[in-house]
Amino acid sequence: MRLTLRVWRQKNADAPGTMATYEVDGISPDMSFLEMLDTLNEELILRGEEPVAFDHDCREGICGACSLVINGDAHGPERTTTCQLHMRSFRDGDTIDVEPWRAAAFPVVKDLVVDRSSFDRIIQAGGYVSAPTGSAPEAHATPVPKADADRAFEHAECIGCGACVAACPNGSAMLFTSAKVNHLNVLPQGAPERESRVLDMVAQMDAEGFGGCTLTGECATACPKGIPLPSISAMNREWLRATRRRVV
Amino acid sequence: MAVSGLILLAYLVAHVMGNLKVFFGPDEFNAYGHWLRTMGAPVLHHGWALWIVRVGLLAAVIAHGVSAYQLSRLDRRARPTRYVHKRRRASYATRTMRWGGVIIALFVVWHLLDLTTLTVNGNAQPGHPYENVVATFSTWYGNVIYLVAMLAVGLHVRHGFWSAAQTLGVGSARRDRALKAAATTLALVLTAGFVAVPVAVMTGVVS
Amino acid sequence: MSAYTSYTTGEPIADTKAPKGPVAERWDTRRFEAKLVNPANRRKHTVIVVGTGLAGGSAGATLAEQGYHVVQFCYQDSPRRAHSIAAQGGINAAKNYRNDGDSVHRLFYDTVKGGDFRARESNVHRLAQISVQIIDQCVAQGVPFAREYGGLLDTRSFGGVQVSRTFYARGQTGQQLLLGAYQALSRQIAAGNVEMHPRTEMLDLLVVDGRARGIVARDLVTGEITTHVADAVVLASGGYGNVFHLSTNAVNSNATAIWRAHRRGAYFANPCFTQIHPTCIPRTGDHQSKLTLMSESLRNDGRIWVPRAQGDTRPPNEIPEDERDYYLERIYPSFGNLVPRDIASRAAKNVCDEGRGVGPGGQGVYLDFADAIRRMGRGKVEEKYGNLFDMYERITAEDPYEVPMRIYPAVHYTMGGLWVDYDLQTTVPGLFAIGEANFSDHGANRLGASALMQGLADGYFVLPSTVNDYLARVPGLPPVAGDHPAVAGAVAETEDRLRRLLAVDGDRTPDSFHRELGELMWDRCGMARSDRGLREALARIPEIREEFWRRVKVPGSGEELNQSLEKANRIVDYLELAELMCLDALHRTESCGGHFREESQTPDGEAARKDEEFSYAAAWEFTGTGRAPVLHREDLVFEYVHPTQRSYA
Repeated sequence: MRLTLRVWRQKNADAPGTMATYEVDGISPDMSFLEMLDTLNEELILRGEEPVAFDHDCREGICGACSLVINGDAHGPERTTTCQLHMRSFRDGDTIDVEPWRAAAFPVVKDLVVDRSSFDRIIQAGGYVSAPTGSAPEAHATPVPKADADRAFEHAECIGCGACVAACPNGSAMLFTSAKVNHLNVLPQGAPERESRVLDMVAQMDAEGFGGCTLTGECATACPKGIPLPSISAMNREWLRATRRRVV
Repeated sequence: MAVSGLILLAYLVAHVMGNLKVFFGPDEFNAYGHWLRTMGAPVLHHGWALWIVRVGLLAAVIAHGVSAYQLSRLDRRARPTRYVHKRRRASYATRTMRWGGVIIALFVVWHLLDLTTLTVNGNAQPGHPYENVVATFSTWYGNVIYLVAMLAVGLHVRHGFWSAAQTLGVGSARRDRALKAAATTLALVLTAGFVAVPVAVMTGVVS
Repeated sequence: MSAYTSYTTGEPIADTKAPKGPVAERWDTRRFEAKLVNPANRRKHTVIVVGTGLAGGSAGATLAEQGYHVVQFCYQDSPRRAHSIAAQGGINAAKNYRNDGDSVHRLFYDTVKGGDFRARESNVHRLAQISVQIIDQCVAQGVPFAREYGGLLDTRSFGGVQVSRTFYARGQTGQQLLLGAYQALSRQIAAGNVEMHPRTEMLDLLVVDGRARGIVARDLVTGEITTHVADAVVLASGGYGNVFHLSTNAVNSNATAIWRAHRRGAYFANPCFTQIHPTCIPRTGDHQSKLTLMSESLRNDGRIWVPRAQGDTRPPNEIPEDERDYYLERIYPSFGNLVPRDIASRAAKNVCDEGRGVGPGGQGVYLDFADAIRRMGRGKVEEKYGNLFDMYERITAEDPYEVPMRIYPAVHYTMGGLWVDYDLQTTVPGLFAIGEANFSDHGANRLGASALMQGLADGYFVLPSTVNDYLARVPGLPPVAGDHPAVAGAVAETEDRLRRLLAVDGDRTPDSFHRELGELMWDRCGMARSDRGLREALARIPEIREEFWRRVKVPGSGEELNQSLEKANRIVDYLELAELMCLDALHRTESCGGHFREESQTPDGEAARKDEEFSYAAAWEFTGTGRAPVLHREDLVFEYVHPTQRSYA
């Protein structure tokens, strides 16, 4: 396959960026999108140009590092991570636009690399169960109904890639935050900190400069792990409940 | 946003029911207009109840507008650099919430000048709402403005109702279809109810 | 250019920390004998932790909970992305919830046997003991393990064992356990007890007056070289499978932290013990940047086969039952498809070498779920393995519900690593190594679902109990000034190395060298090793190294985010470590576990161990790049599990 790539190039956080055009040839449909970029980078190095910087690590769709907006879609046209997107999803001769996640809370570091530490700070605000090592009771002391365990798991699958924010027209992090709130709040182990968790995490999310949610549903459509949109409503329910309890 | 929106939505439901009285002739419709002013009597003075409603509505409109403004500002600030590759996002109803809201707001101003203060009404007879309505919908621009605005209301309600349910934590995977169906029905019924009046005037059913 | 194929033998080495006495009491005894640090004094001690995977994440969180000041590093943009996250199948624990005859002793026994009698008994027994607590800890953190309808935890079977002791969270157990550790770590970061440095890579170890006192690191965003001083340093930086270029490791997983520590005096044990995982998706071409694992749990229900005849190119569904060879079930009737990994991998290689492999290039075997789908129904298979099937289909564009999966072995895990004693301390005082970075628990072959167990055992329970003892016994470590010769020297060396990499300005990309090295290692030091092949590799590696320093091209500068520079710097270390792996493989003329020497096999092609000669761990001491290292043997004593030739037939 022969492709034209238009890639966002930006020297560093403070420099202005621009789209640069590259031609790549000999692309196999079996390549992943990142392997296609590897091929481009190998050529750039040999030509004495700087390769395109992008985040990636496990390349099997679970670490959440890869983060490209491809033709306007977070992670590209398939519902998966960029590393699991294969070139067979494109046609010979296509022009492909590659951009970084765009959000005030995800400033560009270089080229396609962004800083997602705001997500870490949301987790630090309350996305945990306070269970110091050694303090745990026997695992079977508290049975958890299978339905609750499955529901917790469904939300715990979030890989923290940030596609939800990248896809949201408002740059909102509601889906990410709701995934962790729902994972822990549905479990008996998470119950004691149920209220402070949701209040603190939402407050941190707002403080990080993410946009407000207008329920466009773009986040859930882009989510490679299928975190469902009603998670947001469930988190709102938790937030209202916690606010009521704090006031009363 | 959600709470003020739901208050305004409840008002719209009452409003459309009142509107439909137009089909029972001028006497009943004008009497209904009169009752709106005597409502609450004798506990309340003539027109007071209506003013209380108006103040409440105004507060809801302001709250709705201010939160919409703040939310939009927050959202724009959250994405300072836009994507180079533009792509349509979300459903039409969702995309048009902001400008649809502005259109509806402008319409409300015209609507008040037309049928409440009668400033821009061709008939302009205080106490004769039926005749004033017929006068408005006898002009082409009156019909166009009204029909466009009512379509905007329908779209706004379609996303707004479902969205408010999510904000208030009522949504869930199980209830999602029911909520979406309710939002669509509500939007269709409201739009159809409002649109029925100008259509009736245009076709001569109401004259 | 210097090359070596020989080594010198130094003093034997021994673990002096494990108490004598019954193996089941040693951990209790050790914890009791260990000196403690007064809680009020703990915050005065700084401990550096490198890596945030299961081992590092759990260690950082636990040490911080105990009151130490922890300074932690990861090269990823967030501690949540460490490669433990990709572990699929599960975590072992001797809970015996199934009442199927499991016990701590059986887990201990299975692990020593599975490791082909090349692990230290006292360490393995402790691991089995602690396994029970790990599950409790993770459940308390909110890890959503799979559960039965009664609300209790579900388990499944894994290779090499006959009990059901593997706890799991669908096919994402590593992810869920890592998020548990990450969340515990996040809580400590928020509390100010952990100072977290993401996007920062350790490039050297600071050894001052014979003790590990800190690290040299590079901020990957600004390129700044920084030094960090501490009272103890913990390496939790994972394994070195990426020496092979293609492996199931994350693309950026690397050996720099442990290799730099080795160069500063930490012995490297059993580097040739690498695990080739039998069930990975076969490669599709030269562009391949990594290989993807299909969880071993698939072998619970999938059946592995190849055509009976050579060169049978019919589509799998057209090959009748009696023309298929379910070779694992045939050769190993009692364990069948659930034999340990090393055995399953080698069997796959053998049938492919016989010309019976399937798929492009004949480098693959079928993993067939047709029977399972018939037996349990598609819905049940989907529930158990759905995400794995989806992943397979995404990568290969083939539907495994309709067509059997094609799989082939790939490098997955490294049992070797820095030599540590019972306290997980290396030969450099104050330097600890935990998780895959050390060599301690898996001998010559790791059983499935045991890596997660070891990482968390080390991080949550072992290390936090043994660091105490070190810090309590060496009170009053003098502060280390920035201009101390040891610090200034390490910084200068690091800066010089990076500068030289940038200055070569040759005509080959860093990746091209990595690929070349990886292919050489896979051919000569992969699933089967021979004297001749290893000697060829030992001759070739120094040539590649020399060429690398002459022809590599690294664009950009050192004062910015420069991923080519990061990669090139990691390859520098692979080019030295690969040589030691080959030498270790050459010197160990027996076959054991993942190390198969063609010269040492039974008449029917099974690995033949030589206990009289090789019942030891080989701990290598660094003497210089390209210079013969020194071998220190740690004799392995088996008091409880007596070495026998493993049999899974």
